[in-house]
Amino acid sequence: MKPVRTITGTMVPLDRADVDTDQIIPQQFLKRIERDGYGDFLFYNWAHTDDGTPSSDFIINRPDRRGAKVLVAGPNFGCGSSREHAPWAIQQWGFDAVITPSAADIFRNNSSFTGLLIVELAAEAVGRLMDLAADPAAVVTIDLETQTVAADGIEEHFDFDPTAKVRLLQGLDGIGVTMTHDDVIASHEASRPSWLPTSVG
Amino acid sequence: MSTPRTLFEKVWDSHVVVDSDPALLYVDLHLVHEVTSPQAFAGLTASGRTVRRPDLTVATVDHGIPTTGRSLGIRDPLSKKQVDALIQNCRDHGITMFGIDDPRQGIVHVVGPEQGLTEPGLLIVCGDSHTSTHGAFGALAFGIGTTEVEHVLATQTIWQARPQTMAVEVEGTLPWGVAAKDLILGIIAQIGVSGGTRHVIEYRGQAIRDLSMEQRMTICNMSIEGGARAGMIAPDETTTRYVEGRPFAPKGADWDAAVAAWESLATDPGASFDKVEVLDAGALVPHVSWGVNPAQTVPVTGHVPSPDSYSDPQQREAAVRALEYMALRPGTAIADINIDHVFLGSCTNGRIEDLRAAAKVVEGRKVDDRVSAVVVPGSMQVKAQAEAEGLSDIFERAGFSWRDAGCSSCLAMNPDVIPSGDRCASTSNRNYEGRQGRGARTHLVSPAMAAAAAVSGHFVDVREWQLS
Ligand code: SF4
Repeated sequence: MKPVRTITGTMVPLDRADVDTDQIIPQQFLKRIERDGYGDFLFYNWAHTDDGTPSSDFIINRPDRRGAKVLVAGPNFGCGSSREHAPWAIQQWGFDAVITPSAADIFRNNSSFTGLLIVELAAEAVGRLMDLAADPAAVVTIDLETQTVAADGIEEHFDFDPTAKVRLLQGLDGIGVTMTHDDVIASHEASRPSWLPTSVG
Repeated sequence: MSTPRTLFEKVWDSHVVVDSDPALLYVDLHLVHEVTSPQAFAGLTASGRTVRRPDLTVATVDHGIPTTGRSLGIRDPLSKKQVDALIQNCRDHGITMFGIDDPRQGIVHVVGPEQGLTEPGLLIVCGDSHTSTHGAFGALAFGIGTTEVEHVLATQTIWQARPQTMAVEVEGTLPWGVAAKDLILGIIAQIGVSGGTRHVIEYRGQAIRDLSMEQRMTICNMSIEGGARAGMIAPDETTTRYVEGRPFAPKGADWDAAVAAWESLATDPGASFDKVEVLDAGALVPHVSWGVNPAQTVPVTGHVPSPDSYSDPQQREAAVRALEYMALRPGTAIADINIDHVFLGSCTNGRIEDLRAAAKVVEGRKVDDRVSAVVVPGSMQVKAQAEAEGLSDIFERAGFSWRDAGCSSCLAMNPDVIPSGDRCASTSNRNYEGRQGRGARTHLVSPAMAAAAAVSGHFVDVREWQLS
C-alpha cells in the first residue's frame, strides 16, 4: 500500500443515504480473481443504461467530474456486503477519499487496508461540503496527519483510528506488523483448549 | 466477585492476543469461499507466506456456482476460474474444501453449523458479511474484507477495534404464523439499517430463548442489515442439543469439557450494555419489504407508505427513489402486489425448517401460472434431508423447481438472475437495487409468506390460511 498523507482535489457530491456496496460495485463484476480492473464498473447500474451505455446524466460520467479525488457521500455509506471490491472500485475510478457523516463498519475497515481515506464528519459539515461540491472546480484538502479537512470557508477536524492512521501514513504491510507479535500469538495458540474444533476431522 | 460481563465480553476477552485498541484477536475458525479469497491467496503467494493454520480453515463454493446441470460443469468461464482458483489454493495450502461434488457443499453459513464446526464461544471470521449468522451459537462471528482474509490466513489473528454492546430484548412469544424472519425484519425496522453500526448485538429475552437453532441463525444472520458488527445469542440446551453428534463437534471427554465451558458464556446478571432496545414479539405480524433496503418493510396487512410519512428529508428522498425503482405507488395494499418469481433459499432461510415451513403451505396446492418459483436448499445436506422427508416431492408437484445448493438468486452471480422489471418474493436478506439482477425488484419475506405468494400470485397473509 502506498502511504496516504494529504489529498487535494476536486469533489463529486453523491447526496444519497445508505449507499450499499452492491450499488458501489454490482455482483456481476465480482468474478475477477485480480485486485484491479474494477474502476470502470463503479456505481455501474446507476452509471449505465440498460444496454450498457454510460448515462451522461449520472454525475461521475460528466466530463467536468473526471479527475475528482474526493467523493462526498450521504450517511451509512458502504453498508451491506463485505466485498473489498467496493473500495477497490472507488480508488480505481480515481478517488482517494470519501467524506461522509458515517461509513459502515466493514467498508471503513476494508478501506483502511486499501488506502482509501474515509473521513467521517458531522452531517452539517458534510452538507456544506456537498453544497460546495456542486461546483466541479471546488477544491478540498484532507490532511491525515493533522486530521483536518479544509475547503473554501470550511475547516473541520475529524476523528480517526490511530492504528489505521499509522498504517496509512507509513503505507505499512499489516501482516508484517502482526508477525512481530509472533511469540504472543504462539503462546496464545498453545493455551487453547484441546477440544476446540479443527477442520481436519 | 469479578465484574459482571456480557457474552460478547467473555468471548472477546478469551481471544485477546495483544490487549490494545484495536486488539489483536485469535481466530478459531476461518471460513473461505470462492469470491472473496483469490486475491488473498495470491497476495500470500506473492509475499512468500504460508497459511498458519490450515486445520482451522475450511472452504466451500457457493456464491457463483450453478444450481442446475452441475454434471456439465460451470459454464461461466469467470465463475469457473474462481472455483478452480479455490480448488488449487486449498490443495496448495492443505485446506479442507467442500467442493461442488462434495455432499457437504453448501452456503458457507449453512455448512459451518451443519458440520459442527460452528460452536459456542468461538471467534469466527469469513470474507462475507453474513458471518454474523454463526453468532446464533454464542460465537463472536463477523465479516471481513479480502486484505483481512489474507491476514488471517497468514497469522490466524485479526485486529479489531472493540465494538460497543447493544442488547435487543425480545419479550413475549411470537404469534402463530409469524416467523423468525418477521422478528428480525421488525428489529431492523425499529433500529434502522445503521442502528447497529460499531455495535455487537446480543439478542435476549423469552422470545429468543424459545427459538430453535435455525430460527436463531435467521435472526443473527441479518444483524448486518441493522449495521451491526455481529449478533450473538447465549448458548443453552437448544444449542448443545443441536451441536452434539455433528461431524466436527467434540466427542467423549472433549464434549463434556466443551459443554462445561459453554455453560459459563451467558451474560452475567448485572452486566450492562451500551445500548438497549426492547421489542414485544407478541405484537409482530408477517412483514413484506416494499423498498430497497431491509428497513423499508410493512406488515402484510398494510400499504405501501407515502414518502411524506418520513420526517427526515434524506429518508423521504430515499423513499421516493425506492418507489420509483420498485414501480410502486403509495397507498397500494401489499396484498395487491402481484409477483413474477419466488426464491426460497439463502443463508437466511435455506435450512430444513425453512423448507418445512414453506412445504406446509404449498402441500396440495399449485404455484400460480404467472409465477416462476424455485427452491434452492442452503446445502446439499439440507437438500438430501428434504428429499428424504418428501419435501422435494411436495415442491415439485406444486410446480417449484428443485435445485442444487448455493447462493443462487440471493445475489445472482450465477445464472439464476431475476430479469429486469420482474418482481420477486424472496426469503433472502437484501432487497437492494439490482441485488437479484439489474432492474429486478425484490420483496423480502419469510419462507411461509414466500410459499403463499407463489400459490396466490400476490402477497397474502399466511395467517389466514387453514394449515394442518
Ligand atoms: S446466500 Fe446470499 S447473503 Fe448468504 S452468503 Fe450467499 S450471497 Fe451472501
